[in-house]
Amino acid sequence: MGTQMRGTAAPGRTPTSLSRRSRTKGGIGESTLRPDGTLKVIGEFAYSSDLWHEDMLWGFTLRSPHPHARITSIDISKALAQAGVHAVLTHDDLPTAHTQYGLEYTDTPVLADGVVRHHGEPVALVAADHPETARRAAAKIKVDYEPLPVVHDEASALADDAPILHPNRDDHHAGHVPHPNIVHRQPIIRGNAAEAAKRADVIVTGEYEVGMQDQAFLGPESGLAVPAEDGGIDLYIATQWLHSDLRQIAPVLGLPEEKVRMTLSGVGGAFGGREDLSMQIHACLLALRTGKPVKIVYNRFESFFGHVHRHPAKLWYEHGATKDGKITHMKCRIVLDGGAYASSSPAVVGNASSLSVGPYVVDDVEIEALALYTNNPPCGAMRGFGAVQACFAYESQMDKLAEKLGMDPVEFRQKNAMSQGAIMPTGQIVDSPAPVAELLRLIKAMPLPPEKQWETARGAADVRALPGGLSNTTHGEGVVRGVGYAVGIKNVGFSEGFDDYSTARVQLQVIGGEPVATVHTAMAEVGQGGITVNAQIARTELGVTQVVIHPADTQVGSAGSTSASRQTYMTGGAVKNACEAIREKVLETGRRKFGTYHPAWATAELLLEDGKVVTDSDEPLADLVDVLGDEVIDIELQWRHRPTEAFDPVTGQGFGHVQYSFAAHRAVVEVDTELGLVKVIELACAQDVGKALNPLSVKGQIHGATVQGLGLAVMEEIIVAKDAKVCNPSFTDYLIPTILDTPAIPVEVLELADEHAPYGLRGIGEAPTLSSTPAVVAAIRAATGLPLVRVPVRPEHITGT
Amino acid sequence: MGRTAVTLEINAQSCAFDLDNRTTLLDALREHLGLTGTKKGCDHGQCGACTVLVDGMRMNSCLLLAVALDGAQIITVEGLSSDAALHPVQQAFIDHDAFQCGYCTPGQICSAIGAITEAASGWPSAVTPQERPLGPVPLTAPEIRERMSGNLCRCGAYVNIVNAVTEAAEAVGEAAR
Repeated sequence: MGTQMRGTAAPGRTPTSLSRRSRTKGGIGESTLRPDGTLKVIGEFAYSSDLWHEDMLWGFTLRSPHPHARITSIDISKALAQAGVHAVLTHDDLPTAHTQYGLEYTDTPVLADGVVRHHGEPVALVAADHPETARRAAAKIKVDYEPLPVVHDEASALADDAPILHPNRDDHHAGHVPHPNIVHRQPIIRGNAAEAAKRADVIVTGEYEVGMQDQAFLGPESGLAVPAEDGGIDLYIATQWLHSDLRQIAPVLGLPEEKVRMTLSGVGGAFGGREDLSMQIHACLLALRTGKPVKIVYNRFESFFGHVHRHPAKLWYEHGATKDGKITHMKCRIVLDGGAYASSSPAVVGNASSLSVGPYVVDDVEIEALALYTNNPPCGAMRGFGAVQACFAYESQMDKLAEKLGMDPVEFRQKNAMSQGAIMPTGQIVDSPAPVAELLRLIKAMPLPPEKQWETARGAADVRALPGGLSNTTHGEGVVRGVGYAVGIKNVGFSEGFDDYSTARVQLQVIGGEPVATVHTAMAEVGQGGITVNAQIARTELGVTQVVIHPADTQVGSAGSTSASRQTYMTGGAVKNACEAIREKVLETGRRKFGTYHPAWATAELLLEDGKVVTDSDEPLADLVDVLGDEVIDIELQWRHRPTEAFDPVTGQGFGHVQYSFAAHRAVVEVDTELGLVKVIELACAQDVGKALNPLSVKGQIHGATVQGLGLAVMEEIIVAKDAKVCNPSFTDYLIPTILDTPAIPVEVLELADEHAPYGLRGIGEAPTLSSTPAVVAAIRAATGLPLVRVPVRPEHITGT
Repeated sequence: MGRTAVTLEINAQSCAFDLDNRTTLLDALREHLGLTGTKKGCDHGQCGACTVLVDGMRMNSCLLLAVALDGAQIITVEGLSSDAALHPVQQAFIDHDAFQCGYCTPGQICSAIGAITEAASGWPSAVTPQERPLGPVPLTAPEIRERMSGNLCRCGAYVNIVNAVTEAAEAVGEAAR
């Protein structure tokens, strides 16, 4: 394979259906610009927090100051009496018996039902004519709490006398979890790890810890609910999945789904944090109660309580290897803190367990992953989804093994790297390219940034380029460079037998003498560039240059979530599929109208290109405008990826994932070992993307994922105290990378087609989030010689003070 | 009590308000004028999403009380482009894909315009070498990173932001010549 792998796929590998050329401008493979780009740079793109309605009220949420308490009484009289207040709602005011919601388990109260289970849980709602009035009225609600014992870690959750946080579970995992405070547990047993361990010349164990990361999207949770004359509601909202919201909202309101009409507003980032509901039901309840439009916008403090976070995790690993560097076996136990409510914890457990080995061939494994119910903040989806935590641990183990064997850490990884045809611990065969060794080769081959890049031509120290920067804490003394590598594996799309589909409605018609395609999906554009590629796909498939992207809403079928790196694959696939059906209709019409004039209508393979029907030997047969005439071709179709199956609850075996995605990083850091300050000099990334539908967007996704991984490595953590209270809900105390923290990010992209996927593409948004973090930590270890088993790495972990 | 009449020149239009004294410039723009292009990311001066130009200087509008700005000239993201053309910084952000979700973008763009103006007028940043010829400070990548470090971008589009500001600074410089 070698050098052929770079750039486009090697000849002969790619089925013609994946690589058909298109001369239509703005099609797939081009770096077309965002259709919403101009609106975004001139300030006219309407985010959910920008919405306004005449006569609207503002909603505010009163939240629990306690992590676990019984509510003994609520007195709303003073709040109701305040001028400007239109409504105050508590659990008792909910309109139906359906008072809970949830992504996987219906376990989350819309408003606290006698008990609060985490710091910041919603207790009451206020609607008032001004946001400050609403806030002050909420402060006048008198809630009496009787604190309950707090469950904050595995020991307190599974103790004999542990309070059971959800005593009446009826979810589909309730029957086989070993303890009611375990949300879900997924073991995977393959081969015989104990037997294989006997072949090992070295055994390496380690305990690792990942802190609680936050999505910290800049556009806070917000939306506008407008009561409609038919008794229904129109909700304008920033979310990742309109139809999943709808399914959860409608029963609580007691409305049929068709009376809850949702439209996507501008989304100011998501990263998993908008997969669960936040203020959606609350705004609708207040709007229905008051008969007025209600807007809710969280402030930054509240946003830290308003969405789920990345699961903090404790991971125990054991690996063995032979002297010649072959891994013999792996055992691991991964404990994820799911917090007070399930959110997507079951799926995160499935990912953590099934991806716990990493992109390596290990035949004998014993794996256990579980998520706990605790009184900590609820955790759920964040970019990387269970694979991030595991990757930090297994990549730390790889370095430890290599060191023990006296081998180069990259060579050791390459020796054990999986490739196409490898068997996952779940028994699933990896049936598309898995160029793990090649990705490692690519990043290792990139030129390293010059040593002592902080030294000026005259030999002085440029403090700007040193750890600590302008704090002028060092002129190079005590500063050590380190280089680290990591590689990861992420699944793409929804797994474990989930009926994952997307829907696209495409129209083709002549407008103003030109053929125009309209693409209507419910896909949430959250900044990933999904609408850009949907338009590109329509151009390629229909041979038109004019594509209108219809706003996303619930008037069209579900697109599934903008998560799991799945939208280009799934909604892109749905758009492609609908366009193909449209093309058939066009050709049918063409044959009817013009078939008698040219034999090629009957015999040739026909394509739509550049506004024309052409034969596969490029002979034009008719203009689309003439074929279409006054006809509007309008097709809405669902599209599914190949089915997956649930993991066996005991052995973890099963064809669980649709597709895998691989990325590798090389980190170069400089560490001031005396002060524990780290400067990341460069984070090089190589990723296989299958097919880059939009190379510019691909790079952007790799940059963003890399930066968020850097954040987890050295900066980002929601600190939850032993009493389960959140300590740092602000951007002063929860640090996300700035432009100064962000190093150069050279990117190498491979395009090895996955024959199962549209155009051979691979979901790309998450994989680089995985390997970025362990690469940075490996580089800090290389610089300092310290074990560093916890992220984020803080200065005191380096100085030992 | 507690209210003050104030006149601001916003995007070259004189705007008279009678405002609660506690109203920030950001809320005056967003809630009183309907100019929602300026974003509220934290309301505490931590994220930079609300950056606007006040008398040509970039500032966090969430940290300014509107009544203290009587007579000031405010330019928001809505006031940067004409019908005919985008501001070179806006164009550069599009061309370099210097944003994803776009929520921080109005603040990034106003901040970049402020940074370019400051550098052109010879205003040093913390990373500008002390011994240097008088005159404009060249906007190298380290200068841009330092000067743009008050604007968070959670999508992590920073690499492209540096490229966009680099190109825009050249375009603005050429236009000024």
